[in-house]
Amino acid sequence: MPFLSQLTTPAGRPASLGLALGILLMLPLAAQAERIFVSNEKDNTVSVIDGDTLEVVETIGVGRRPRSMAFSSDGSELFVAVGDDEAIDMIDLETLQVVRSQSSGDDPEVIRVDPNRPYLYVSNEDDNIVSVLDYEARTRVTEIPVGVEPEGLGISPDGRWLVSTTETSNMAHIIDTEAMEAVHHRLVGARPRHAEFTHDGREAWVSSEIAGMVTILDMEETFDVKHTIRFDVPGVPRETVQAVGVVLTSDGRYAFVALGPSNRVAVIDQQSYEVLDYLLVGQRVWHLALNDDESRLYTTNGVSGDVSVIEVDGLRAIKSIPVGRFPWGVIVEP
Amino acid sequence: MRTLPRPLRWLMTGGLAVGLGWSAALPADTPETITLGYLGMERPDDREPLSVLAPVLDDEGVQGARLGINDNNATARFLDQEFVLHEAEVSQGGDVGEALENLIDQGADWIVSDLPAEGLLEVMAHPALGDRVVFNSRAPDDELRGESCHPKLYHTTPSRRMLADALAQFLGYKQWDRWGLVHGNTEEDRILAETLKAAAERYGHRVVEERMWPHDPMARRAEGGFHAIQREIPVFVQDLPEHDVLVIADETDYFGEYFPYQTSAPRPVVGTQGLIATPWHRAHESWGAVQLQRRFEKLADRWMTPRDFGAWLAVRSLGEAAARTGSVAPDAVLDYMLGEEFELAGYLGLPVSYRTWNHQLRQPILVTGPRMVASVSPQEGYLHPRTPLDSLGADEGESPCRF
Repeated sequence: MPFLSQLTTPAGRPASLGLALGILLMLPLAAQAERIFVSNEKDNTVSVIDGDTLEVVETIGVGRRPRSMAFSSDGSELFVAVGDDEAIDMIDLETLQVVRSQSSGDDPEVIRVDPNRPYLYVSNEDDNIVSVLDYEARTRVTEIPVGVEPEGLGISPDGRWLVSTTETSNMAHIIDTEAMEAVHHRLVGARPRHAEFTHDGREAWVSSEIAGMVTILDMEETFDVKHTIRFDVPGVPRETVQAVGVVLTSDGRYAFVALGPSNRVAVIDQQSYEVLDYLLVGQRVWHLALNDDESRLYTTNGVSGDVSVIEVDGLRAIKSIPVGRFPWGVIVEP
Repeated sequence: MRTLPRPLRWLMTGGLAVGLGWSAALPADTPETITLGYLGMERPDDREPLSVLAPVLDDEGVQGARLGINDNNATARFLDQEFVLHEAEVSQGGDVGEALENLIDQGADWIVSDLPAEGLLEVMAHPALGDRVVFNSRAPDDELRGESCHPKLYHTTPSRRMLADALAQFLGYKQWDRWGLVHGNTEEDRILAETLKAAAERYGHRVVEERMWPHDPMARRAEGGFHAIQREIPVFVQDLPEHDVLVIADETDYFGEYFPYQTSAPRPVVGTQGLIATPWHRAHESWGAVQLQRRFEKLADRWMTPRDFGAWLAVRSLGEAAARTGSVAPDAVLDYMLGEEFELAGYLGLPVSYRTWNHQLRQPILVTGPRMVASVSPQEGYLHPRTPLDSLGADEGESPCRF
């Protein structure tokens, strides 16, 4: 558990460590609060929320237009794609400072970390490629050509497959991460934004913003579309139902899908694909994250500039937390 | 206008497919081809930008079609399909029919028309057209969607009424309900003024008075032009009854820019200048529009205009329908385009689709200043039983179009 490794790393911690964090690290394991990181696209900041108090405890200045975030495999750093700086900012999770930045190619939007190698996958919207960066050697490993406007990236739990969605080609490109090339191409709904694997690696769920649907790809044999889920929110114009962020619980029970300007999160049965409920959250809900024990779901609401907190047991929104302008991504420290 | 008939000028392009360097396995079979013909018209000599220093564009529209072909082919090559574009530009006074025949001889199965209404009607009536579908990517005339509608004619550019409704909704949101109206002396401006007045009535505004600004083509801003303008404009509008906004109808962009900041009462200028309603604008950055703007600029070395956008939408409509149906057969493609399933991502926040009753593309309309988009219509609160997008333009039932 990367969480443990952070606690058991004794040496090399800078003396200038923040006081609050220092105290936090001396407390027993159970007492360390989870930290939730939220990228604010128009503020050039990342808000840090304390998982116990549900309040913003820190605001980290980063590069211009921060969007997608990911943790390094050892859990020591948070990577933030800063699109207008064409770079990935790397935040030290102890000091909460940007300690370095790596050039990423044009307009990086979504990033994912390889579970086996120190590789970072970056979708470069303007260049029609997925870039592969080595974040330890700080080199560019390769570039993988895909369709027009690559956006969503999903990586299988074993790191074997990477799914890249292209917004204008309306395709999911299935990339073999050993050969580093796209080997299958499947049409999905209009303007696909996000790809997420089930925890058993058997399916990839791809959301489509304009089509307002989720396409489920079989990742075991055929790599074909095995199901599509559509949404119908009562009393809400169909066009505003736009599917964006997707998270899946590890027990295979629920899928949550952010439905953009309809201000709802859909709750889906991961096994039957049935839509169980629509939860009202803030305006233009964009991305989602579950906390470590999957008891809570956090959503970024771009237009209302806040984060909604949902209790998974009971499926109730319990709080909204004001953050910066246009919160885009959210990630919970494991 | 020049009367000497100039020879037809032909610009041919084939195989515009982008070499993206796919390393993935591509279909080995010969792709099924969709061939499009782009039919444009040379810019009239009296149509030049207001500023003598502004670049004169002679490739408006066609660059949008070219980008659409590139975008389509990026997907099509995985699907065993290929899009090919042939281009023709008719000179002023040239023969539209001849240009059409030539495109058809080259294999064009679909036509994208960047012609004004008159030329477009000629195309629709031409026997060589046969069963081919024509996309109107330029002419805003409501008549083409009404009395003169045609089952084979589709419109990717909004009608004047859609633009007027979009503006009227925004002014409704602002509660700027009293309009002073100034229009030019062209036929287009007269029609636009009527359209604006109808929109005012529909959305509860009042045109307090309308005035015609007489202008001569090409009497452009010359050196030191503001001296005259600064004195003329306040006098022209000073005795208008009390109004909240000054609405300008000047489609040819000859005189509307004289009005902002020159009115005697401090009133915003809206309409065709100042705050405008338009399907596309260089200030538009939301919903991924930056990506389209950048792709376009890379291709054309300039900003994308509404005519480019209309042509791009036409080509992309075919790309989307062919990809979804897996077919290049016109009937299959058309059925899909008119069906419930058709949803094209037009970088406008909401999917765009075709109205079955007049084949107009329903689309959000930008309400924008010179450098910043102020809003996008339809505005919140203007409801419609089908979709709020159908609050812009002629609705089913009221449209005089009968296919």
